[in-house]
Amino acid sequence: MQTEPTMAFKALADPTRRAIFERLSRDGEQTVWMLTDKSGVSQPAVSKHLGVLKHAGLVRARHRGRQTHYTAQPRALAPLVDWMSYYSRFWHDRLERLEDLLKRMDQ
Amino acid sequence: MTTPATRSVVIEKELPHPPEKVWRALTQGPLIKEWMMENDFQPVVGHRFSFRSKPMPNWNGVIDSEVLIVEPNKKLSYSWGSLGLESVVVWTLVATKSGTLLRMEQSGFRPDQESNYQGANYGWRKFIGGLERVVAGLP
Repeated sequence: MQTEPTMAFKALADPTRRAIFERLSRDGEQTVWMLTDKSGVSQPAVSKHLGVLKHAGLVRARHRGRQTHYTAQPRALAPLVDWMSYYSRFWHDRLERLEDLLKRMDQ
Repeated sequence: MTTPATRSVVIEKELPHPPEKVWRALTQGPLIKEWMMENDFQPVVGHRFSFRSKPMPNWNGVIDSEVLIVEPNKKLSYSWGSLGLESVVVWTLVATKSGTLLRMEQSGFRPDQESNYQGANYGWRKFIGGLERVVAGLP
């Protein structure tokens, strides 16, 4: 397992963060307050989630006046999508080893 | 949304060995270790076990699993949880004239811990479908 996907994996392992990220991807730039509205999650909790997403490079913060505006950074998802290619390589490699083992095993 | 096929890894292999022998390699701990990883697997539905590989920075090397299907010499399935992503591995063995057609399918992602946000459930399955589209659309 490469280390790069880990931060995105961990950040998005939380369903609320996935929802926030998805909303930013879908609706464009939002403030904490816009994201908190109707979310059923407190504003400090949303801020905390945004901090984790930002740390993982999944969102970018832009300060404008007293408000901070957040935008999704979909490029940070690329390593996550690499999951598929990672496991494709992983299983090809393991199945070759399985074949070698079968040759060595008794009937 | 993408098709389910794009969210799975499928590998098929024609093996010159009978299904009974392939089954042993897939289900006996010491043999699994030889071609895959350290494990405490047992071919018992509901058995929880882990695969352990070398820890790396930011990853403890542990894959948490549970046996889901055991049909001797035919089908074996277990969950595969790592880094918060839950997927399912299914092995299918079909006897052929020359041996066994072995098929491995790893598909994700089972809806994991759900939470309500604006009344909607955001499981990985739904999310991954959307993000593949997002990434595919990147310049």
